[in-house]
Amino acid sequence: MTGPERPDPPGEENPGAGPAGPGPAGEPPPARRRRRDPLAATLIGVLTLLLGFALAVQVRNADEAQVLAGAREEDLVRILDELDSREERLRSQLAEQRAALRELNGSGSQTGAALEEARQRAERLGILNGTLAAQGPGMTLTVRDPAGTVQVSDLIDVVQELRGAGAETMQVDDVRIGHSTAVTGAPGELVVDGTPLRSPYEFVVLGDPQGMETAMNIPGGVVQRIERRGGSVEITGSPELVVDALRPLDRPQYAAPDTE
Amino acid sequence: MIPILGLAAGVLLGLVFDPTVPLWLQPYLPIAVVAALDAVFGGFRARLDGIFDAKVFVISFVSNVVVAALIVFLGDQLGVGAQLSTAVVVVLGIRIFGNAAAIRRHVFRA
Repeated sequence: MTGPERPDPPGEENPGAGPAGPGPAGEPPPARRRRRDPLAATLIGVLTLLLGFALAVQVRNADEAQVLAGAREEDLVRILDELDSREERLRSQLAEQRAALRELNGSGSQTGAALEEARQRAERLGILNGTLAAQGPGMTLTVRDPAGTVQVSDLIDVVQELRGAGAETMQVDDVRIGHSTAVTGAPGELVVDGTPLRSPYEFVVLGDPQGMETAMNIPGGVVQRIERRGGSVEITGSPELVVDALRPLDRPQYAAPDTE
Repeated sequence: MIPILGLAAGVLLGLVFDPTVPLWLQPYLPIAVVAALDAVFGGFRARLDGIFDAKVFVISFVSNVVVAALIVFLGDQLGVGAQLSTAVVVVLGIRIFGNAAAIRRHVFRA
């Protein structure tokens, strides 16, 4: 494997030795030659430096890698088996957690969306029914009835015309008009939902002011009829009105939701 | 003196820089180190015997490393890399033991 070695005797190989015994003719004694050769000294230094470097690196490297590399085959198989089963366990755990996360996410967004939907629906119904105060653009419509001649049907017509013209919710004096509002009584002593009205009757209506005003003033409409009876109607549009009279929510006595 | 200094400096450098051995070199580095160690022991013994030759040392050092790496490489190609590595280490180990024994005889006269 090395230069000047002879196969015999065992234990006598000496790489780095000059030719043992009789050196080639003309070669100076090796011991003296070493001193005189700076190139050889440099080479030796470099080689031994490399050796030391590689040695240290390999030792470090072996520290890290040799733990498994030095293990026996059966041990390696056992370790591999353990790692495999552990991986499988962790994978199944991961799948479970993923499924749970998906479920939670799905149900969370579902209930959230349903809640939001229900809330909006309740708001719309509340405004429609008069259980919620409302605000927005609209108009005030004041019916003066100095002679006490405005009839029940006139007020009902006012309400119906307003609804037909796009009124979304309204109140008269401090009574909210809902879907079951009743106007009763005699001219001059009108009663709305059991609350007596005093002239002037002041409607606060939320809706499109222009459309409602046009509908009110239509020839032969409710305003003209009231004026014919001796009353007067004053309409004032407004960009910001508040309808804050509330109606109790009727609990249906006979009708129940059809759940099918 | 130079070899000892070189060894010490090399070990220090290796410890300081602590480089990662590239993957292709990993099978050969330990064999190369053992081969080089064999050359160094041989050189030390030759020095004690008074027959040290720098040229022979350098050539034997390099050829030791190259041949050892070649054998392992060949073994890898043949599919018996691990066995040939073991063989190389055993042979070099025996040689190191022999050289160490010769050095011991010189140093301790026993």
